[in-house]
Amino acid sequence: MANFSKSNVPQFSVDVYQNEYLPEGGREVNAIVTVSATGGGTVGSAVGAPHLYAAGQSPDAAVAIMVDCSGSMDYPPTKMRGAREATAAAIDTLRDGVRFAVIGGTHVAKEVYPGNGRLAVADAATRGQAKEALRRLSAGGGTAIGTWLRLADRLLSSAEVSIRHGILLTDGRNEHESPQDLKAALDSCAGRFTCDARGVGTDWEVKEVTGIASALLGTADIVADPAALSADFTQMMETAMGKEVADVALRLWTPVGTEIKFVKQVAPTVEELTDRRTEAGPRAGDYPTGSWGDESRDYHVCVEVPSAGVGQEMLAARVSLVVPQGDGGVHNLGAQGLVKAVWTDDMVASTRINSQVAHYTGQAELAQVIQQGLDLRKSGDVDGATAKLGRAVQLASASGNADTAKLLAKVVDVVDAAAGTVRLKARVEEADEMTLETRSTKTVRVKK
Amino acid sequence: MSQMPQPTALSRCPSCEEPLEAGDRFCGACGYDLSAVPAPPQDHPTIAMNGSSTRPSEAAASLDWPLAPEPASSDTPAPVHRATDIRGTDSGGSELPHPDTESTAAQQPGDHPAGVQPSGAQPSGGQPSGAQPSGGQPSGVRFDRPPEPDEYPLAPPAGAPAEPVVDPRTADLGAPVTPPAGTKLCVACRSGHVDSDGYCENCGHAQPRERDHMEQELGAVAAVSDRGLRHHRNEDAFAISSTALPDGSPAVVAIVCDGVSSATRPDEASLAASRAAGEALLAALPLGTHPQQAMHEAILAASEAVNSLAEAPPAHEEHAPHQNAPACTLVGAVVTPALLIVGWVGDSRAYWVPVDRSSPPARLTEDDSWAAQMVAAGLMSEAQAYADERAHAITGWLGADAYELEPHTASFKPDRPGVVVVCTDGLWNYAEAAEEMAEVVPLDAAERPLHSAQVLVGHALDGGGHDNVTVAVVPFPAPPQGAGSA
Repeated sequence: MANFSKSNVPQFSVDVYQNEYLPEGGREVNAIVTVSATGGGTVGSAVGAPHLYAAGQSPDAAVAIMVDCSGSMDYPPTKMRGAREATAAAIDTLRDGVRFAVIGGTHVAKEVYPGNGRLAVADAATRGQAKEALRRLSAGGGTAIGTWLRLADRLLSSAEVSIRHGILLTDGRNEHESPQDLKAALDSCAGRFTCDARGVGTDWEVKEVTGIASALLGTADIVADPAALSADFTQMMETAMGKEVADVALRLWTPVGTEIKFVKQVAPTVEELTDRRTEAGPRAGDYPTGSWGDESRDYHVCVEVPSAGVGQEMLAARVSLVVPQGDGGVHNLGAQGLVKAVWTDDMVASTRINSQVAHYTGQAELAQVIQQGLDLRKSGDVDGATAKLGRAVQLASASGNADTAKLLAKVVDVVDAAAGTVRLKARVEEADEMTLETRSTKTVRVKK
Repeated sequence: MSQMPQPTALSRCPSCEEPLEAGDRFCGACGYDLSAVPAPPQDHPTIAMNGSSTRPSEAAASLDWPLAPEPASSDTPAPVHRATDIRGTDSGGSELPHPDTESTAAQQPGDHPAGVQPSGAQPSGGQPSGAQPSGGQPSGVRFDRPPEPDEYPLAPPAGAPAEPVVDPRTADLGAPVTPPAGTKLCVACRSGHVDSDGYCENCGHAQPRERDHMEQELGAVAAVSDRGLRHHRNEDAFAISSTALPDGSPAVVAIVCDGVSSATRPDEASLAASRAAGEALLAALPLGTHPQQAMHEAILAASEAVNSLAEAPPAHEEHAPHQNAPACTLVGAVVTPALLIVGWVGDSRAYWVPVDRSSPPARLTEDDSWAAQMVAAGLMSEAQAYADERAHAITGWLGADAYELEPHTASFKPDRPGVVVVCTDGLWNYAEAAEEMAEVVPLDAAERPLHSAQVLVGHALDGGGHDNVTVAVVPFPAPPQGAGSA
């Protein structure tokens, strides 16, 4: 049995990649900030993250699985069966001691297991009971995802744990509540738990599912074939079980007179964070990043600094990582990176674009042109869609984003990838288009 | 620690860190009114008490300042002093109400202030130091201490200057600290404090670094290095020293290095090269190695030192996409009573400027540069070559990626006294021809090498200061022993 006592906390490190040289009068500073958490479980060398597993206590996590039980899940019936099997597989992946609950979602949310507003503690017996309860899942009713999330929040918050995570599966549009209701539910849940969202089949709305995952700092994906759900749920749950520190925020300090143009996560997926800043004292703000296991993510920070004379050097931003504490204070994870600006009249230095910045600027544009291209395609603008998706093919090919290139090739006929010359396919499988849209934000790292 | 001479009060402008001249009333760079400045905190034992400021590390760093120079002449007062030892006067010349009067009993009010060394009497030895103008101790600086203690509340010094100074961290913990003593204000915005990384916590601006401006005078030789006006750091370095040949005659050494900006860590390269070459010469010359041979070997030693930087892990990570091995140029001079030896790699230069200006000056080195090669090959005139943007592309340097190291050395037997100006292109860009250089070298350069080096750096800064500027001024012949022994 796994023993997750104390020091299973990763070391965080921050690396900054940038060209700090600006030409005379230059103001925009771009940097890629790589945050890595490594060595969870390394005894005695923790940087000082709040430890999650006190000695002798069970793992400090709670998970809620939300399964769509709306009427459409029976068309075809393989969806309901797939969802049941996937949920069972996810339950089998739970570590002993993790609190969990299963929620059946329709136009209302129902507790499927254990019920009575409680969470079960995972062990052989509860896992068996939960799987037994899954058999009672039947399709019928509408879809109001906001209610599922609110119930998950209520259940998850009943446990004194650090990591709270949800897994949400839907097959249809959120038809039985207004978009405002869903938005309100997401706002109230944001920061309280993280949530991965999956769409099964092809009748769901990509922007709804990606929006949920984005708001709750989880992943979004399509599972077009219900048979593939089990593997995906197992993998999602394994990732959730690997999380060791929750609620990590990227803290950005910037000097007087600077303006933060944007902050976005750029790897593993593109995630806009600019508007999710919460102020954290003078000239500092926190951007949520959710929970972390052993992993590495990249962020693109762009700040505009006041212009200074050639030969001047200034700090454009200081990046650190913090974890909010119960008492309103924060725990600083120790790692920090400096984003600098140095003005030079050396044109060679100031015009060089950092390869990381260039790469992720391209990846962000890739995600954007795919979205735009698919939107234009839906609205019938063939020329516009061709141009955008052609650019996407070009970017994917140049940056070595092979997965996205493959997805694009199912939507367009590639004539010349390097030049970005493509033709829209006359017939495109709906699943292929939705897969491309859902995964458009996936990025690859710089080729070494 | 009383044997360590603390720098006098106000060796640098408290606002912009510009080194001050003796007698300045206003900072020459930013116009800061020096009369309004209380004693700088680093000389006061109470400073390090506040752990929340950056001052403690500065105070600690001050312990690494050069050992006490022996007084060069008997009329030089003991160099041990603190800022409070210098008597301030108000604008009318009368004495200020001074809380520390009793602590300065060693000096009578009418005495020459201890911190003021007559400019002719220079310390005869010393270690390379940071930005500490050893010749330009401020004298007659007026600084009124405000009667209310809200600027730098200071306890009286722990004792007379000759007595051991109490460890600042343990001294008088009861002194009031409002605002925190040692709080260093940003030189750019004047309102933010400086954080431990050396950036302003308000406007983010980098603070001046130790290497931004360095001055050193050692007996007969002096050197000044400055960041210039357009570069963000000083990538030049110098090393000056003096020693004795086996026959007892003096030998003066000056090494100047210019880091290659397009390589990584050029500042580390120049520092390593200048130190290695200087040390190699100091080791070889007293053993009787011929100075020219010693110079050749010193360049090889410097090359080794720079090469080894390429293997060492970087002191600070730079994520340049292409990392060139650290590299720098080198020019050095050895002056003995009869001989003048120069050695170089790259485009840093040595010039000969005779004391008697009626005889011609000369450039002693031949650049390893594109322009020099063009001229040597007869493909371009000197004017054309140096007007070309490739003029400064160097064809020889110290560094792991140098194609083939060819140390150049030359030996001269000047028949008249003069000075050798050893400099980086940051200076000679503004005085390329030997005649132009002679124009800017002060007539009393042999007597006042530090002053001359300052003037030459000033010439480059006035011209635009587009590069780091480093100049060493070495009089020939080497003066007899006594004036310059390391």
